[in-house]
Amino acid sequence: MLLEVADLHVYYGNIEALKGITLGVDSGEIVAVLGSNGAGKTTTLKTISGLLRPRSGTVTFNGANIVGRSAHEVVALGLSQVPEGRRIFNVLTVDENLSLGGYLIRRHRDLQRKRRDSVYQTFPQLAARRKQLAGTLSGGEQQMLAIGRALMSEPKLLMLDEPSLGLSPLLSRLLLKIVRQISNQGTAVLLVEQNARQALAISDRAYVIETGSIALSGKASQLAADERVQKAYLGGYEAVS
Amino acid sequence: MGPFLQYTINGLTVGSFYALVALGYTIVYGIIRLINFAQGDLTVVGMFLGWSLLTQFGIRLLPLPVALFLAFLIPMLGTAVTNVVILQLAYKPLLKRSLLAILITALGASLVLQNVVRLIFGPQIQAYPDIVPLNGFGIGPAHVSYLQVVLFAASILLMLALYLFTQGTPVGTAMRALAVDHDAARLMGINVDRVIQIAFVVGGLLAAASGVMLGIYYIQIQFNNGFLLGLRAFTAAVLGGIGNIPGAMAGGMIIGLLESYTAGYISSKWQDVVVFGVLILVLVIRPMGLFGERVAERM
Ligand SMILES: Nc1ncnc2c1ncn2[C@@H]1O[C@H](COP(=O)(O)OP(=O)(O)OP(=O)(O)O)[C@@H](O)[C@H]1O
Ligand SMILES: [Mg+2]
Repeated sequence: MLLEVADLHVYYGNIEALKGITLGVDSGEIVAVLGSNGAGKTTTLKTISGLLRPRSGTVTFNGANIVGRSAHEVVALGLSQVPEGRRIFNVLTVDENLSLGGYLIRRHRDLQRKRRDSVYQTFPQLAARRKQLAGTLSGGEQQMLAIGRALMSEPKLLMLDEPSLGLSPLLSRLLLKIVRQISNQGTAVLLVEQNARQALAISDRAYVIETGSIALSGKASQLAADERVQKAYLGGYEAVS
Repeated sequence: MGPFLQYTINGLTVGSFYALVALGYTIVYGIIRLINFAQGDLTVVGMFLGWSLLTQFGIRLLPLPVALFLAFLIPMLGTAVTNVVILQLAYKPLLKRSLLAILITALGASLVLQNVVRLIFGPQIQAYPDIVPLNGFGIGPAHVSYLQVVLFAASILLMLALYLFTQGTPVGTAMRALAVDHDAARLMGINVDRVIQIAFVVGGLLAAASGVMLGIYYIQIQFNNGFLLGLRAFTAAVLGGIGNIPGAMAGGMIIGLLESYTAGYISSKWQDVVVFGVLILVLVIRPMGLFGERVAERM
């Protein structure tokens, strides 16, 4: 396994947000993490990427335990997180945002330019806005920028936290199709989504988190057919949105 | 109209010194939202380091350009190191706590620096040697000394270098990113602690640069100069929109000009009243500074 998370316990003060999460991602896979608001999806990603420290449990990436490493060191190992809510640098230009995504290769300008060009190929909409301040982009473009920025470090594993948040169904379908493409090019993906139907459609496997624990896991196609999943996460979703 | 040009020239000279100190405030504020009250006193540390090099260590016997170069370089390195030591010892342990705790610590650091200078160099007024000849040239009715030209040019060069650094280099871009979002910066692979240290190095370099310039220009120096100087530069930073680098440069110039006009047309006794009146007005009417809304987050 490329990523193995075992029995992760994470606290905010005295509140236990993760109560023993265990999950894994293999190279080449897209793995979805589903769950309702406050279930602990973001907390899981932040702990894997080193922004949060677990009280106990291990995170093994590419064979090495990475618990206790700083977030910037984790990126260097090939694990990149697209944070919830995009968190792009709104006062910097699109180009500058991408350059920061390639901060680790900042001394290799040619390589940086090559990767930037390949991001612009993946997201042609961004190419026309290179010199524009990122804060002036539309929501969909900002999400593309957030993903493009994370791709600049050429991660082995890309973690996405609700990339379709706030986007139209059409746009989120497009975005998830691009995620599929990225995965086809050899990047493993850990995808947190509330849009369960679309997420399951592009994933190989999935986990369902409920109040800090894994409630269900299995093949994406099986979960999509599972009665409990249909009732809690698929039924009526499109109608509500 | 006659003296107006003279007041403007004098004001711009002093304003460029204020701008350098204001930049120290603004860079640190942009990154960790701390008003580093020690910046003014750090400037005085640099001022006294330059003074002791010129008066006690025989640097003056060297050719003038070499002497000046060393009288700037060594104090700048000294205050850069001092600033990083303050960061590591006093601010770093508090970075994740409340802003108020760091703010009070910064006031403490200011007092410590001031009293260290007093202990080492004494409470009395000291005088910079007049190493640069005071002659110059006239522009119409106004007199411009070569000293003014050299100091002004040096300040502008420093500001230009700083501007290019923040706008054109990866580390400079990372600094501007830190002004927006520390965690997002970490996810880019940016070593945030390291970038904060670099910001304090820059703040320290600017402190001594302006300190030595002020010493050479005003001649008389004293251990407690940092208090008023710091407040004036802080006013300049707020005027330009704290966190905004071009704003701090403009703010410094404006404060320098205001002081010079007040001294010229009213009385030098009113200088501080005018400057701090401006501070209060800006805080009340336009807390984001003169240069638009985005300044609060824009570097
Ligand atoms: N900084 C924090 N301090 C205290 N509690 C927090 C903090 N961040 C999250 N929590 C709590 O931890 C739990 C898990 O939050 P988390 O953000 O991981 O949920 P999530 O599954 O990502 O939800 P959403 O779908 O709304 O993004 C929630 O109960 C939340 O209130
Ligand atoms: Mg979340």
